Amino acid sequence: MSEIHTTDVAIIGAGPIGLFSVFQCGMLKMSCHVIDALPATGGQCTALYPEKPLFDIPAAPNINAVDLIERLEQQIEPFKPTIHLNQQVCELVKVGDLWQLITSTGLKIQARAVIIAAGAGAFGPNKPPLENIEQFEGSSVHYMVQKRENFRDQRIVIAGGGDSAVDWALSLADVAAEVYVIHRRDRFRAIPESVAQMKALAEQGKIELVIPYQLASLEGEGDQLNTVVVKTLDGEERRIEADHLLSFFGLASKLGPINDWGLDILNGVIKVEPTTCATNVEGIFAVGDIADYPHKLKLILSGFSEAAQAAHAAYLIVNPGQALNFEHSTTSGVPAL
Amino acid sequence: MTTLTFIKPDGERVEVQATNGATVMEVAKENDMPMLAACGGSLACATCHVIVDEAWYEKSGEIVEAEEDLLDTAHGLTNTSRLCCQMKVSDEVDGMVMTLPPMG
Ligand SMILES: Cc1cc2nc3c(=O)[nH]c(=O)nc-3n(C[C@H](O)[C@H](O)[C@H](O)COP(=O)(O)OP(=O)(O)OC[C@H]3O[C@@H](n4cnc5c(N)ncnc54)[C@H](O)[C@@H]3O)c2cc1C
Ligand code: FES
Repeated sequence: MSEIHTTDVAIIGAGPIGLFSVFQCGMLKMSCHVIDALPATGGQCTALYPEKPLFDIPAAPNINAVDLIERLEQQIEPFKPTIHLNQQVCELVKVGDLWQLITSTGLKIQARAVIIAAGAGAFGPNKPPLENIEQFEGSSVHYMVQKRENFRDQRIVIAGGGDSAVDWALSLADVAAEVYVIHRRDRFRAIPESVAQMKALAEQGKIELVIPYQLASLEGEGDQLNTVVVKTLDGEERRIEADHLLSFFGLASKLGPINDWGLDILNGVIKVEPTTCATNVEGIFAVGDIADYPHKLKLILSGFSEAAQAAHAAYLIVNPGQALNFEHSTTSGVPAL
Repeated sequence: MTTLTFIKPDGERVEVQATNGATVMEVAKENDMPMLAACGGSLACATCHVIVDEAWYEKSGEIVEAEEDLLDTAHGLTNTSRLCCQMKVSDEVDGMVMTLPPMG
């Protein structure tokens, strides 16, 4: 049996609002474990726009998204949160008085209260919505390349039009038996030199650019793919015999398991009571982009305030019967946990 | 007021009233249409993909390169696919019909 961690508050999502929730809980002397599907903290700030400046963070007139996350990390450091990355929270169930979270790597965390700061859901590969794609995942459909050698003498279809698609087309042209690049238009979003190199290889017949096509369906036996069917926008079909599909459409967020926890969810957001950020399930709070109430603004600013509301409301659940003394940080300082 | 029609993935047609100047994504969200629009209109997610009725496509406005680039990451594209956070409501599009692809 794997070890079970226990904590006062489990926070789902290590985006800016999940991180600031650690601070607000810490100021009320509550310990936290934080879980995120991504390999790094920062949510959208890190995954989607690390180098963009933000202008609407109070008292930080111009701050890059990565720097904002770094400062939040500094601010929560005194509270020594445990942060579990690279895993998605898949299950949330009540075990006695506690909430138990189970992640995709089998980690178990038990907490008195849960704060969901999951943004638009767990970040993962943006998968093409092909009916049977999961059947081939891991064996012949891939969203990243671990070992180039695995593709020696294989027939490879690469789908996508960004850097990953172009870079892997160039790299695999040498080792693979055949390389096809499926893209919906002639323009690629990649370094121009690499695109030029890829087009040169195409002229030499080392790779084939299958343009303008998009993925239509997959055929194969068990987990082994044998044919990738592609279509033009006008429905013209082409069948490509292949051993592997490399799908490179960037990141997408998926609510996934959060839909199954009995929460009041509509169109990807959870209804909360705005003064406490309490959801319809006692002991579970939602903050940041995923929390919804009338006139909600999806801003980091609003999320910070929601984190404070949720932490104060969670205190009463984590410490039943104990008075909550409201204190300014100028009075309390940063308490040791 | 401008009238827009959304056809939901299940085929239901919903006619809504929209204020000129709003984005079509804002109108869809206001009316609880099944659409994620995860990035809130900052052209970073492609989850506001709509298929514009052919008769209206020309009127749906200019497509900037950044929208084309992001459309590369959408699935089930058609010749009249748009990211509707980039489309503004105006008298020009009064009556426009759009189909919503299934939410991922
Ligand atoms: C291009 C762009 C520009 C923006 N500019 C601004 C701006 O100028 N000002 C502003 O205020 N806002 C801006 N925003 C919006 C801002 O980034 C979001 O409001 C903010 O990131 C929301 O933070 P969050 O912590 O709620 O969620 P997110 O940042 O979305 O983080 C959620 C995290 O939860 C994780 N997660 C979800 N479900 C699970 C699960 N089941 N298990 C494990 N992990 C999970 C995800 O992987 C993700 O890392 C911008 C957004 C974009 C895309
Ligand atoms: S809402 Fe994200 S691209 Fe339109």
